[in-house]
Amino acid sequence: MNMHAKPIARVRAINWNRVQDDKDLEVWNRLTSNFWLPEKVPLSNDIPSWGTLKPEEQQLTIRVFTGLTLLDTIQNGVGAVRLMADAQTPHEEAVLSNISFMEAVHARSYSSIFSTLCLTPDVDDAYRWSEENEFLQRKAMLIMQQYDSGDSLKKKVASVFLESFLFYSGFYLPMYWSSRAKLTNTADLIRLIIKDEAVHGYYIGYKFQREVERLNEAEKQEIKDFAFDFLLELYDNEARYTEDLYDSVGLSEDVKKFLHYNANKALMNLGYEALFPPEACKVNAAILSALSPNADENHDFFSGSGSSYVIGKAISTEDEDWDF
Amino acid sequence: MSGLVYYSSTSGNTHRFVERLGVGGVRLPVDAASEPPVMDEPFVLVLPTYGSGDGKGAVPKPVIRFLNVANNRDLIRGVIAAGNTNFGTGYCLAGNIVSQKCAVPLLYRFELLGTDEDVTNVRQGLERFWTRSH
Repeated sequence: MNMHAKPIARVRAINWNRVQDDKDLEVWNRLTSNFWLPEKVPLSNDIPSWGTLKPEEQQLTIRVFTGLTLLDTIQNGVGAVRLMADAQTPHEEAVLSNISFMEAVHARSYSSIFSTLCLTPDVDDAYRWSEENEFLQRKAMLIMQQYDSGDSLKKKVASVFLESFLFYSGFYLPMYWSSRAKLTNTADLIRLIIKDEAVHGYYIGYKFQREVERLNEAEKQEIKDFAFDFLLELYDNEARYTEDLYDSVGLSEDVKKFLHYNANKALMNLGYEALFPPEACKVNAAILSALSPNADENHDFFSGSGSSYVIGKAISTEDEDWDF
Repeated sequence: MSGLVYYSSTSGNTHRFVERLGVGGVRLPVDAASEPPVMDEPFVLVLPTYGSGDGKGAVPKPVIRFLNVANNRDLIRGVIAAGNTNFGTGYCLAGNIVSQKCAVPLLYRFELLGTDEDVTNVRQGLERFWTRSH
């Protein structure tokens, strides 16, 4: 046997001063400047507010957060790690390692909420519930199947759907409480997670699109068909998960609008057109406002009467190099 | 109708939105080191929002370079911004910043690639806008 026939591939050190894809550096900078830990948020200020929730509302909240923890656990330990195997550049791998770590921070955050607000037996019950709930388990299983598929495109589709769509049946609830001036510090923490997920979905969707560009037309159509079919399969399960959680408080239909809205955004992250029609995506104004305080203000010129317009509000932050 | 100028990074999101509008448009160089174009007719600027919501770096550098040209600043008439509500108060912040700095209206905001509804709203809005301004 000729030991020299196959030279061992050289191991190369990452060079951030020679970046093949500028997006890697841009997203790295964005993610690292976003870095946060749950200790930054004064969760204990929510203790009085937690006490005003009815027992069934507390149970719902703990369950919702346990469900989110499960998804973050997958994304930290499996999702981002499996994507690393397909990284085209060492910089992409480094960005994915940041994404993986932040998912661990997210998962850890829910435990901070629990230890601050909740009784241990109630939390233990919710963890048991998360292992037994068929819809939560099915959603995890559907995602894991794709992560195990070995297909770099399908893995990315699954990852974007998890980060840009599947979290939102859970994110709805803290936004709902926040709109009612309840658990507002918890909502602040969730908003940090929501920002991170937006960057993750954008970046992995961007890498997906670059990979799809290299396919022929038939292959492009095939992965697109897969993405839409998979979304609908996840949606079908997600609608039931939503009903299972929220029917008791009468919020299921409201949550579903939020799901449609975010499913469209997940598709857009992959470069695809929206699927759910505008009327199905009219998110409750209070929820949208809890997410983004000025998003539904009718202050853009084309949507308003056109008779007057508002020049954007004064912004204190500026780039130094605006020199006029 | 008058012009449209837009910035789109290598992701091409804003580029595709402008393509769907079907009214043409001048794309700013992706590379901040490149010379920005100098406009000779009024235009509306379409741009995505960068950064993470705290405002720093929200306006892409090539857009800043473009607007640092006095002539371009004289001719900008409005701004349309893309963003993501996930960024909270940072949603479409680049549009607010340009609107304020250049004293022009924020005409429209949309998320990510924009929906078909957004494309229709902007196309019709621009038509009305230019008709009224001339």
